Amino acid sequence: MTQLKKSDVRLDTECRPDFPALHQDISSHPLVYLDNAASAQQPSTVIDAVAYYQRHDHANVHRGVHTLSYRATEAYEGARDKIQSFINAAKRSEIVLTSGTTESINLVAQSFCRPRLAAGDKILITHLEHHSNIVPWQLLCEQTGAELVVAPINKSGELRTEAFDQLLTDDVRIVAIAHVSNALGTINPVKDIIAKAKSRNIAVLLDGAQSVPHMPVDVQDLGCDFYAFSAHKMFGPTGVGVLFGREAVLDAMPPYQGGGDMILEVSFDGTTYNDLPYKFEAGTPNISGVVGLGAAVDYLRSVGMTRIAQHEQQLLEYMTRRLEGIDGMRLIGTATEKASVQSFLVDDIHPHDLGTILDHQGVAIRTGHHCAMPVMDFYGVAGTARASLALYNNIEDVDRLIEAIAKARHIFG
Amino acid sequence: MNAVDIHSGDDLRDLYRELILDHARSPRHFGKLDDATHTAEGINPLCGDKLRLFVRLDADEKIAAASFEGSGCAISVASASLLTDMIIGLTVTQALDSFAIVTGRLTGSDTDRELDAAIDLGKIKALDGVREFPSRVKCATLAWHALNSAIHGQSTPISTE
Repeated sequence: MTQLKKSDVRLDTECRPDFPALHQDISSHPLVYLDNAASAQQPSTVIDAVAYYQRHDHANVHRGVHTLSYRATEAYEGARDKIQSFINAAKRSEIVLTSGTTESINLVAQSFCRPRLAAGDKILITHLEHHSNIVPWQLLCEQTGAELVVAPINKSGELRTEAFDQLLTDDVRIVAIAHVSNALGTINPVKDIIAKAKSRNIAVLLDGAQSVPHMPVDVQDLGCDFYAFSAHKMFGPTGVGVLFGREAVLDAMPPYQGGGDMILEVSFDGTTYNDLPYKFEAGTPNISGVVGLGAAVDYLRSVGMTRIAQHEQQLLEYMTRRLEGIDGMRLIGTATEKASVQSFLVDDIHPHDLGTILDHQGVAIRTGHHCAMPVMDFYGVAGTARASLALYNNIEDVDRLIEAIAKARHIFG
Repeated sequence: MNAVDIHSGDDLRDLYRELILDHARSPRHFGKLDDATHTAEGINPLCGDKLRLFVRLDADEKIAAASFEGSGCAISVASASLLTDMIIGLTVTQALDSFAIVTGRLTGSDTDRELDAAIDLGKIKALDGVREFPSRVKCATLAWHALNSAIHGQSTPISTE
């Protein structure tokens, strides 16, 4: 068996004990969790932070004068500070807390784009987007008469940059693109894209759902206008996420939803809106979820994003090599720049059959279209199997995956 | 024979019996039925399983021909293939009974139902292994719900998700 060099980063030994869900048997086999791109497991620090908040500190935020309301507000706003620092946003007011990447993108579509789009304007995305970075724009096109333009990818799953450049015309109002593809693992050349868009004064939104858990992200260095991501893919709770927006851009946008917390003064003659970021946080938020997100940020920073990226890159390399060694293997998504995600098909075994057989050996992978049906259409497949790694995965996990695939081939052989 | 231990997975062998694999690899009555009198589509959008079932009823309300087309996992394709094998020659009533019996068996909710002598469950029993795999019951029942839908003349696609 090929081993990684001793000098290599091995985070799994230090991180695995932190994740209680990893330590269980599935069908009498120790769990191997390789579905991190769908949702990652939570460390005890996140689980405990949420539980502690619920047991001791819960009240509504930004409202009461009593102690619990103060504590809840401190915990909630403290998490915002952590997130700001984590992605190096210039100001805390640029961190809007949402229900997830999907809401973040819808917020930009409806609040930033809708008022300024006219029939004939263009929205530029790519062929490798998740449905959550396609459908909000289609809705917007229906509402405004704008046109959705899709930049093509090549067979490796990389953006065809020369075609993208040609599509980046002056009538494009926003470029919305995944930092990392959830189905293919491709890391898009986002800095180049942002530079090109900025040279034409075109706004840029990055869907960071698959990048934030796996690599350092610095929104000032990137220079994007918006950056959207979800807590549950970065070892936090579900139902909470972030929209980073540059202050000047957010300031000029009307509110997304009306309700409590987003106002300064309400009368039947009119309402004045609250300051950033509260203007975009109508209603009582997911306070415990945000507390959990703050704890997840602490966890990621304690491990170190650069080390995480190194660990996963080494493991991805190993997994790719092992998968390639299987007869009948078809890797889908073979970009040069990749995050730790690999889609594949084996022989003519349907991904769901493969998923069931793997699950029966304790190996959890995702099967299906991965909410990226246009990507599946591009490769002419109904779906794929997908193994996605996180900081706690190790060589043994990959070996178990390979053994389980061998068994599937044996059953179907 | 490779080094894989097949004995640790008896449930799996029960799910992927030879008969199931055979029907998945070589589905019977596969293709469009041009003179179908009834047809319905079954789609599980999350899975990606998608099939269309065709039935031709003769003047006596008997199923003279049946076929299906589409794509899906081994379980959904084998189930559709076995369905077409089983229902040809049955009356509409018997076919609807078969739908109730088979879906009952697969979901484990109705296994003691009395059988019409004309209905031969025979090969369908090969699908019984799916009961141990709750996430796959929807695959096995898709074609059967499409049959029910076709006979009742429903035009919107059905789903078992």
